[in-house]
Amino acid sequence: MDLNTPSSLTLFIPCLMDSLYPQAAQGLVVLLRKCGFRVEYPEVQTCCGQPAFNQGYFELARKLARRFLDIFEGAECIVCPSGSCTAMVRKHYPELLAAEPVWLEKAQTVGGRLYEASQFLSMFVPTSRIKASFPGKVTYHDSCHSSRSLGIYQEPRALLAQVKGLELVEMADSKACCGFGGLFSRRFPEVSQAIADEKVKQILATGAQWVVGNDPGCLMNIQGGLNRVKSPIKVKHLVEILNSRS
Amino acid sequence: MNIRTEQFKKQAALALKDKTMQEAISRASRRFSQNRTKAFGELPEAEALRTRAHEIKAEAIEHLDATLEEFTASAQKLGIIVHRSADGVDACRYIGDLAQSKGIEMVVKGKSMTTEEIDLNRHLEASGIQVWETDLGEFIIQLAGEGPSHIIAPALHKTQQQVAALFTEKLGVPYYEDPEKLTMVAREFLRDKYFQAGLGISGANFALARTGTIVILENEGNARFSTTFPRVHVAVVGIEKVIPGLRELGVFLKLLARSATGQKSSTYVSLIQGPRRPGELDGPEEMHIVLLDNGRSRIRQDVEMRPSLYCLRCGACLNVCPVYQRIGGHAYGWVYSGPIGSLVTPQFLGIQRAKYLPMASTLCRACAEVCPVRIPLPDLLLTLRRRIVEQHGLPWLERKMMEIWGACQTSPGSYQAAFGLARIGQEFTPGFLPAGVQLPEKNFHRIWKDGQD
Repeated sequence: MDLNTPSSLTLFIPCLMDSLYPQAAQGLVVLLRKCGFRVEYPEVQTCCGQPAFNQGYFELARKLARRFLDIFEGAECIVCPSGSCTAMVRKHYPELLAAEPVWLEKAQTVGGRLYEASQFLSMFVPTSRIKASFPGKVTYHDSCHSSRSLGIYQEPRALLAQVKGLELVEMADSKACCGFGGLFSRRFPEVSQAIADEKVKQILATGAQWVVGNDPGCLMNIQGGLNRVKSPIKVKHLVEILNSRS
Repeated sequence: MNIRTEQFKKQAALALKDKTMQEAISRASRRFSQNRTKAFGELPEAEALRTRAHEIKAEAIEHLDATLEEFTASAQKLGIIVHRSADGVDACRYIGDLAQSKGIEMVVKGKSMTTEEIDLNRHLEASGIQVWETDLGEFIIQLAGEGPSHIIAPALHKTQQQVAALFTEKLGVPYYEDPEKLTMVAREFLRDKYFQAGLGISGANFALARTGTIVILENEGNARFSTTFPRVHVAVVGIEKVIPGLRELGVFLKLLARSATGQKSSTYVSLIQGPRRPGELDGPEEMHIVLLDNGRSRIRQDVEMRPSLYCLRCGACLNVCPVYQRIGGHAYGWVYSGPIGSLVTPQFLGIQRAKYLPMASTLCRACAEVCPVRIPLPDLLLTLRRRIVEQHGLPWLERKMMEIWGACQTSPGSYQAAFGLARIGQEFTPGFLPAGVQLPEKNFHRIWKDGQD
């Protein structure tokens, strides 16, 4: 491990991950500990404010951003199992707080210490230390904010390549949106589902048994789409796969 | 075109029921975007060109008054009559009066979104002038009595079978499904119109300030025919189309066709510099340029939103948009659709008339990735959303819900309570979560806490 490797990690578990995929979040804790890190989880954390921001409620988003920064300000290194929420803090907090120098600086500092989970693992953990096995055919969905906002594309694939027994089959247009878009899916449910149906079509074409992703929102939406066509295919968070032993 | 932006939600839901249209839109937009990807892959300097294009546009619009003045003077020197129109009503009146003063009864048109924007055809027809669209796609939707469903391919939503049936019905020709045959039908029908028309109307992709040139890109040759054969040519040009000159044009020529259709270049690139000069064999006797404002100066003064004016109308953002791909262009309720429509329509028509358009995006950022002039579309849509919220443009109940949700996020206790409520809520509210998705008994917060105790 290089000298810059942090010893202590602080987890940022976004609200959707917290409420929908607690077992995956737990898997991340186990995995990080296995790799030798001390893991902390500030229990006061709530939502980063992205739903408010995305709907134009900037004042509320700012309030939640300041709250978030107060909580995570002291962390040496923050790991988050969601590309979307990582992008919110890293890219959009500085925009939101641009007019408040003190908060802007905090946002930049915290943002600089925040890593999406697959990015963190690729940067600081030798792949040989992730001893996972998951027999099965999986396909990987590149969530919009992971791929287009954070430029994450190779990292999850490199990690999946280390998993014993796992066969990765690429779907067409893996970077195409799943149609979730947060409250977009509530405001325009028919359009959101139609977009998800398109994603599901591409997933079904791969013959995979599992869809893997790194964003709980997309996973939830894709699972809904799969369920609507009565497909037995299940979604899994990337960190859950990386913590699997068969 | 009737404005139906207020009914976006209803129209989108309706569009989803039209499977034939969805299939046609999806197939065509995907083909365009695949071609674009390929064409950009073969242009190593593409990313640098996009940055340069953004800079040129930003600069030109920053100094728009001076650039327009220079353009006007240059064009006048070439013998072009330049008219400034503050709005569509003035532009339509100017063109209508011009036609009538010359006794012109028929007009042929090259494809122009700007004339769609000002509803020029309807105005001319109301004054008894026959108008023929000569771009094949525009001709099809004109016959069908529809507006464009895509910025560069206005009849994208129609299958060849639908076009065949339309031609049979409107033109009285036998039913041909073969696209080549259909094109020949349109060509033969329109040929005669070019000869009869006294006025040719076009838009312009660019206007060059230094030389007074207007530049038109097209694939069918119809715009060149419409601008050179009739005795009068009027080009309707949005004031944001002005760039300094030929050198800058080079940047855009590399980007525009590649972004639009994936072609290295459009089949026809016309640089038009005035009416026919003595001794020349073709060209119109008289040429007019209508420089159209129609809200553009207002957008320009709105510094946050100004990059909306950099748009080249290439349609690349439509082709990659997951929302557009599913609902097509008509659902947006006016001439501009897709991400750029969601962005400019509320600015042209007023945010209250189109407040759901900026919301009609998953913020997936695919549009920003392809825009040839790097308009930060998702960020500008967010700015519009912010303004709608600031103006209390959303229903009271929604604002209240957001407030309550926000309050729940301010302490771990209320956050935990909200999770408990949501677990109960999911039992009684169908559609609370996607089909078959259930909240677990314990969230991670609880599991962690339990583990610590």
